[in-house]
Amino acid sequence: MKNVGQSIERVEDPALLRGEGQFADDMAEPIGCCYAAFLRSPIAHANIRNIDKEKAEALPGIITVITGKDILSLTKPFISGVKVDAPQYALATDTVRYVGEPVAIVVAENRYLAEDALELIDVKYDLCQAVIDPQEAAKSNAPLLHHAVGSNILHERWFKYGDPDEAFENAYKIVETTIDYPRNSCTPIETFVVLAKYRPGDEAYDVTANFQGPYTLHPVMARSLCVEGNRLRLKTPPDSGGSFGVKQAIFPYVVAISIAAKVSGKPIKWVEDRLEHLTASTSSTNRVTTIKAALNKKGIITALDYDQLEDCGAYLRAPEPATIYRMHGNMTGAYAIRNVKIHNRVAVTNKTPTGLMRGFGGPQVYFALERLVDVAAEKMSLDPLEIRKRNLIPATAMPYKTAPGAVLDSGNYLSSVLRAEADGNLEYLKQQRDNARKSGRLYGIGYSIIVEPSISNMGYITTLLTPEEREKSGAKNGALASATVAFDPSGSVTVNVSSVPQGQGHRTVLAQVVADELGIDHKKIMVITDHDTVKDSWSIASGNYSSRFSGAVTGAAKIASKRIAKRLKIIAAADLNTTPDHVELKDNVARSTINTNNTIPLNRVASKAHWSPLSIPEGAGSGLSETAFWTLPELSEPDQMDRINSSGTYGFIFDFCGVEVNPKDGSVRIDKYVTMHDAGKVLNPKLADGQIKGAFAQGIGAALLEQLSYSADGAFETGTFADYCPPYATDMPELLILHDEHPSPLTPTGAKGLGEGNCMSTPVCIANAISDAIGTEVYTLPLTRSKVHKILDNEEPAPPAYMEAAKKTERNEGYSLNSGGYTIIKATPEKIWASILNPDELISLIPGCKSLIRTAPFSFNAEAKIGVGPIAGNFTADFHFSDLVEHRSLSLNGTASGALGIATGTGRIKLEPNDKEVKVDYSYSITINGKIAAVGARLLEGVVRKLIEQTINNFVYGLRDSPPNGILFKLFRWLGIRN
Amino acid sequence: MKPPSFDYSKPDTVDEALNLLDTEKSNARILAGGQSLAAMLNMRLVQPTVLIDISDLSELKTITIQNQTIQVGAAITQAELLAWDQLHQQPLLEKVLPWVGHYQTRQRGTICGSIAHSDPSSELPLALAVLEGSILARSKNGSRKIKTTEFQIGPMQTSLKDNEMITAVHIPIAATDSAFGFKEVGPRRGDFAITAVAAAGTKDGVLLGVAGVADVPTTKHFSHKETQEPNELLNAFAWELEGSDDVHATAKYRRNLVRHLGKDVINEVLNAVS
Repeated sequence: MKNVGQSIERVEDPALLRGEGQFADDMAEPIGCCYAAFLRSPIAHANIRNIDKEKAEALPGIITVITGKDILSLTKPFISGVKVDAPQYALATDTVRYVGEPVAIVVAENRYLAEDALELIDVKYDLCQAVIDPQEAAKSNAPLLHHAVGSNILHERWFKYGDPDEAFENAYKIVETTIDYPRNSCTPIETFVVLAKYRPGDEAYDVTANFQGPYTLHPVMARSLCVEGNRLRLKTPPDSGGSFGVKQAIFPYVVAISIAAKVSGKPIKWVEDRLEHLTASTSSTNRVTTIKAALNKKGIITALDYDQLEDCGAYLRAPEPATIYRMHGNMTGAYAIRNVKIHNRVAVTNKTPTGLMRGFGGPQVYFALERLVDVAAEKMSLDPLEIRKRNLIPATAMPYKTAPGAVLDSGNYLSSVLRAEADGNLEYLKQQRDNARKSGRLYGIGYSIIVEPSISNMGYITTLLTPEEREKSGAKNGALASATVAFDPSGSVTVNVSSVPQGQGHRTVLAQVVADELGIDHKKIMVITDHDTVKDSWSIASGNYSSRFSGAVTGAAKIASKRIAKRLKIIAAADLNTTPDHVELKDNVARSTINTNNTIPLNRVASKAHWSPLSIPEGAGSGLSETAFWTLPELSEPDQMDRINSSGTYGFIFDFCGVEVNPKDGSVRIDKYVTMHDAGKVLNPKLADGQIKGAFAQGIGAALLEQLSYSADGAFETGTFADYCPPYATDMPELLILHDEHPSPLTPTGAKGLGEGNCMSTPVCIANAISDAIGTEVYTLPLTRSKVHKILDNEEPAPPAYMEAAKKTERNEGYSLNSGGYTIIKATPEKIWASILNPDELISLIPGCKSLIRTAPFSFNAEAKIGVGPIAGNFTADFHFSDLVEHRSLSLNGTASGALGIATGTGRIKLEPNDKEVKVDYSYSITINGKIAAVGARLLEGVVRKLIEQTINNFVYGLRDSPPNGILFKLFRWLGIRN
Repeated sequence: MKPPSFDYSKPDTVDEALNLLDTEKSNARILAGGQSLAAMLNMRLVQPTVLIDISDLSELKTITIQNQTIQVGAAITQAELLAWDQLHQQPLLEKVLPWVGHYQTRQRGTICGSIAHSDPSSELPLALAVLEGSILARSKNGSRKIKTTEFQIGPMQTSLKDNEMITAVHIPIAATDSAFGFKEVGPRRGDFAITAVAAAGTKDGVLLGVAGVADVPTTKHFSHKETQEPNELLNAFAWELEGSDDVHATAKYRRNLVRHLGKDVINEVLNAVS
């Protein structure tokens, strides 16, 4: 029986279940290994005025502290696909552009000491205005991230395929929607790990990192380190605690830690912690898309018009802006749409740079396209599934070249849909909906249909260049995968691939594929999945991304195995007294097909090649090792018309689901979810279903729970898993997985990728179902309970009469802390005024204040330990008064910073004397950034409010018993506190 | 995420712990289950110079019923209380405990630790408030009982003195004519509540408590008449709590939950006592 197509048990598991996994953190540390920690920017946008590292370097156990200045002279900026003057180095050099951006590296004898030293590095920042929303960033008056570019739009291109203008002009109806896809991440359990050593004799770096590829980034790293590729030896460990694309973004840290190793002369290890990971590793792009469709009378979509505004965060870190181009060839989805217009803009904002993420570009595109199809159905009074069916690419058209250039290789979309309708019992789900609605419940059905691209064309990113620019820079294309299959002298088989798996079961599947070609038991095969750039074969497309394993990597292994098999047959034929054509390899033996009793064990055949190389027949070659490189010939570079076959194979997915929305709390219950996949030949059904479930879980998270949140001023607010919420196992609904198999004619195994599809199809399917349930369009994700409730219910009972003021102080959604109030004080305005401006009085009133110095007539510097409950930290505050109208009013602004974070605020105080009292009016606006915002956002507003309340109370109380003093003092205490 | 250096002390007796606490005062933190403290230590949000580990003190590892009151020692974990064979004596605890964190965190997290931590959205301080329990605080100089209403004074702020630690909480057992209700909405099951409500009452009236909205768990009494038509009072309560927006939910959403969940748990009580 063939191994391929069977649910073979994972060969990886015995070791993993025994705790014998070899993850990056398990790799042996060299003698004398030191440990690194990063000082990271607490604010979204600022110029670095000064870094004082003296105190940190003086701490015992600290080897060195490296800053952007050091990096500038030792490295080159990372190259990016877009040639603009917006350099990114491994550390910020003069400006920080997002919360979490590395500012300095501490190298110490251990990580604890390194983190102690972080608190002693004094960085002076000059704050700049941050821009978070890409639509704001795109405006001409927006604060600029990269001044040399002169705009926050770092890339812009228009594309036209067919004649969309004509189609829109003659349309029966035009429909449009605008969506706002949020930032999310795939949050692997294992974070980044880099272990780097510099060998001065060879002027070379030895690095072990849980990098996942693409190996296009190896030259990027080597160039940044100013060495040739062979002097950056990059090893990846055998096991991985997940990546989902995310570990692509480790590459700047490979450079940073390598440089630290060179500067310190020590081998260095760095393990990213969860706070660092959520804050600053990477994320999906958030994207605002306005999408239009032209429809004819039958509901056929005749043209599409995309206007995409992509947000790549603070830098275009390689391979960005790939997210927006990965789907370029298949922007028409599963539909036969011949006229397409695309306007792409890529913005930078003060957020973490984006990168690879399971689904890469798909969720953004399909959220727009598949929402639009629902809007079209509504406008055309058609059933949403019916309109989809009418637009599907017919099976007879396969392989189908889309307007933007993808070659959809195989499939029968309509029959897959019909099968899923029947096998998933859509009719029953419709009855469920009708029954629920009859009893007044909010129940909806959602659909999504997508094509799932896999095996990225290494040339797709060059679609961002004009044909003329491409001409100049030279064609980029293909997607080389490599595999080595070898028999050793004892006759056992080792397979080695440049794939860097992330837990998918590559060893199992490769053993299946190779076993079938060589006719041996798959358990006898040892698959090696760690990788070493100086010893193993690889190419730029190596690595594990774009679902390229099942199509491309198994293909290379199959080709290498076939070559070996051919040679084995030549060797065996001589011993079996037959010709190679009459030898079959099966059940661990070579057998003559003429006389089937005539066999020879395969290991003997193989060992002969090693022990008796002179005795083996001519044509059998020498040695018994084959390395195959393989790419799809169809992956050519973009043509003159900007058409690009952006991926090698395209699977098909049809999802439908039923959901019920609880109007009381906005919660969404997924009643039933069906997903139909055509991923060509399924190599191992059990592992395939595991992949589908994993992507589905991430799709559920994106749909309902997960968002990397920033405040308007750039504070990062979701630095722990209490605030960034991937679904728990218990949040997962049942999933019915169906398969339809139309093998790819292009890949050696007939397989296509399937590991990302539900990241693309599930979020929009659920959004469509929720929209159907509540009868309103939805424009963004995640549809959290609070958000769904907001859509459902905008009116609420008024506050009781005695609380009429309550509504006025209602804060906006998000968290800039703006508030105010007044208090009545029995004192003269003169007295209050005098105390405000007297530092000697102020200092005694600030709890925890250690020093207060007047630095200019109206400027002060204070040091204080500020805290709430058990949480406390040391802060340095600089503040000054302005707009002084004596005895009447003044403004106050300042900044307080410490290891817990940085706060800036402005306040205005007005004194209104009235008989023997003074009414003190105050208003303030505070922004809080850094660690405290990242991990404590949930509690922050309550805490700040409490502190202000206490301050005011103390002040009033203080004035009763003692001479008037300190109001300002207290009031700037809240400024300090807001740190 | 590595803590700064600190001393670790594991005293053999409560007295020994209290002596050390009296010397170190606010520089010390009591470690029981560590489910909040260890995370805060690693993030350097708290930087004590000494941790006093009380998790193995046998004096604190007791659950007893005395004077109609369940007395839970400071080393008792949430899982231990959940598994206690007399838990039915206080049905609200039976309802609330499965919502405290996750199975894994309950194995280490303690009842008293959760009370001491005083997160405004925690379930246990809410239950204690609704049941009008009390906290037994001890210092080297003696012990005192603190009413829940006087214990939690702000988000993660309590009225414990620097040299005091909680040695037990006292929770009244349920009167025969009383009934209880509990409901919670969070982003996911096991998360910090966006809003949690608990109710305890009899035919004569219900005490309704809310966590996750105000800075501390807050209660409001509903008379028999008010429980019959609770909407107006619930709305007033929802506004009075002055909740805030955060990354998970708006203040408005929280008010909505107070109104809806509040009504649900009042009805849960009424249905059980009628």
